[in-house]
Order: sequence, then structure tokens, then C-alpha cells
Amino acid sequence: MSEKQVPNIKGNVVSGVLFGIGLMALVDEIIFHQLLQWHHFYDRSTPFIGILSDGLLNAFALFAVVLGLFMFADLNRKHNRLMATWTASFFIGLGGFQLFDGLVNHKLLQVHQVRYGVEVLPYDLGWNIAGAVLLVIGIVLMIRTRKQRQAG
Amino acid sequence: MMHTHMNHTGFAALEVVVAIIAATALFLYPLAMFISNGKHSKWKASRYIWWFLGIILAASALIGPLAERSHYDFNAHMAGHLLLGMLAPLLIVFSRPMTLLMRTLPNQSAKRVSRLLNSRYVTLLTRPIVAATLNIGGLYLIYMTELFTLMHMSSWLYALVHLHVFLAGYLFTISILYIDITTHRYSFLHRGIVLILALGFHKVLSKLIYASPPEGIPETEGEAGAMLMYYGGDIIDLMIIILLCHQWYKSTAQKSRKARPA
Repeated sequence: MSEKQVPNIKGNVVSGVLFGIGLMALVDEIIFHQLLQWHHFYDRSTPFIGILSDGLLNAFALFAVVLGLFMFADLNRKHNRLMATWTASFFIGLGGFQLFDGLVNHKLLQVHQVRYGVEVLPYDLGWNIAGAVLLVIGIVLMIRTRKQRQAG
Repeated sequence: MMHTHMNHTGFAALEVVVAIIAATALFLYPLAMFISNGKHSKWKASRYIWWFLGIILAASALIGPLAERSHYDFNAHMAGHLLLGMLAPLLIVFSRPMTLLMRTLPNQSAKRVSRLLNSRYVTLLTRPIVAATLNIGGLYLIYMTELFTLMHMSSWLYALVHLHVFLAGYLFTISILYIDITTHRYSFLHRGIVLILALGFHKVLSKLIYASPPEGIPETEGEAGAMLMYYGGDIIDLMIIILLCHQWYKSTAQKSRKARPA
């Protein structure tokens, strides 16, 4: 760091969370929709509110992955990058999106299921537990970096 | 779909009109470059490439093989609409036609155009939320009402709908991306939110079309066309998102340089 400055914690958190959300949405689209084809584009039983929520969420996620990266480049350029904080936020974004998608979109709004033609419960459990684990990793990392910062 | 003989003549006439407009546009741009280079610094000739591509792609939705197919093939129709309403406007904005017009016109006329751009009407139209509503709302009207069926029966209506798709697409693009002359500016966050809303409702519409395509479209064709709209829209909007975020990235660099104490 060339000059002394107040660390931009908020910028790192926002950039990490946005990139995490966007990346998980891309993974969902590429792996589960396109490669495995477990998810359906539209399963014809979705209520309108489900399509609306899914459309807006995916549009937001596309924006988030790009803005998250540009913010990261901006932090880097201004020597404001705090890698531990950014990584913790990134995991919170990943897990948060996965869990939101699994609970709100799949279950509450019934946009589409994880997989069709099979018993869906193990898939739902796997999906949401994976999301929760990522989220917990993020939170633990965040608490740890906070403690380190206060100690240092 | 059945067409009467009258309709065929109407659509043929429309093709001729579009061809004349496109050819004129391709000729006027370099002419304006030539005239204004005498008064001002040299205009980047590479910008003509954007203009050229934009005009050709927009015209290809209305003339030629793609346009021909789009009368009976919903996939071709959708490809044409992506070109006319999204990709062509984006390319044309890059050629900065308003900037070129202003430096070409004599002072008196330039002032008049400038007054028009600053008028209440144009200011309202280029508000991001208004432009987005005209753009995406227009699409809902085309696909969720009888308009889609009706426009294939009347060449006038067909021309009007396609003119709207192009103009609304252009208006939306300039309301989000400040590349050409921009009179009223909105914050990055404001434009980002409107862009997300527009893309979100574009996605919703493609799913509604997937579920129930306009009358007379076979189910599989409707599904394929809807998915082309969804993913094609994603690709072009991704370009707009990257450009918008890049503009933000450049502007924050300038701000921090100014803010840094000497």
C-alpha cells in the first residue's frame, strides 16, 4: 500500500457478495439448466409471481456478476483490496443465492424443481444444505477477519 | 398463414421503402463526415463501421431472406426482432449519429436541434424508466394481444410495429448508455436498476410466449422462439451491462483523482 488510507470494508463486502450471487446464478444456469438439464426452462405449472421473481432475480444476478468484478478491479486499482473480507463476502453471496433459490424460488414460489421424474426430497435437501454450508463458511470467515482486524 | 395478393404487394412496397431508407442512411453518414471534417477535427472513420453494421442488421429484419422467413417462421421472426430492437440500436449508438449531426449542421439549425433535444417531450422520452416502458411494454402488446396476428395481415401495421421496435430499442439504449450526446443524465444506480427491471420483464415475457405463443404458431416453434428471445436478450443485455459498468469504472477513477489531495 503506497499511501495510508481508511480500508474500504463496505466496498469489499458489496463486491464480494455481488460476485458470489452472480457466479452462483451462472453455475445454476450453465450446470443445472444446460448441461444436466435437470431444471426446466419453464414447467408450465409456475404461477406468474414465480416467473416474475425468477426473471428479476436472474436479471439482477447477471448485473451482479459484472458489477462485482468491476468493483473488484476498482478496489485493486485504489489499493483497497481486502482479500479475506472479499472472500468471506463471496461465500455469503454464493450460499445466500443458493439458499434463496432453493427455499423461495423452488419451494415457496414453485418456479421449477431441482429435478423432475424422481423423488425430489433428497435433491432439495442436497441443494439447500449445500447453500447453507457455503453461507456458514462465509459467515465464519467474516467473523474471523473481523476479529483479526480488531486485534491488529 | 394466408396472404391475399394485396398484402404481398404491400409488403413488397415496404421492402423497397426500407431499402431506400437504409441506402440513404449509409450514404448520408460519410457525407456528414466529409462536410464536418472541413469545420472540425477529423471524425473517426472507424465509427462508420458501427453505423454500417447497425443499419444493415436493422434492415435485414425487414428485407432479404431473414425477413422473408419471418413471415412464416417464428424463430426467424424472433431473430429479426433481436437484431432490429436490440443489436442494431446498440451498434448505431456507437457511431454517435447525434454528435455527428450537430457538428455537420450549420449553427442556426444545430441550435434548433439542441433546443429540441432539451425540450420537455424529448427529456421525458429519454428518462430511463419511460424508454424502458415504451420498449418492453411495446413487446408485451405485440405478443400478448392480437397485434402479432394483425400485423401480418397489414403492411402498414407491420411497418408501424417494426418502426416502434427499432425506435423504442434505440431510445432505451441511449437512456442507459451515455455514448452519444446526452442532455439529461441519471446516476449509474438509477440506470442499473432500470436495466435490471427491463431485462427481468423481457425474461418474463419470453416465458409467457413459451407457455402460450401467438395464435397460429406451432408449439415447438413457439418454444424455440421464446428461448431464442430469452438467451439472445441475455447476450445483448450482458453487453449493455458490461458497457455501463465500464463507464462507472472509468468515472470513479476520475473522481478519485480529483479528490486526492495534492
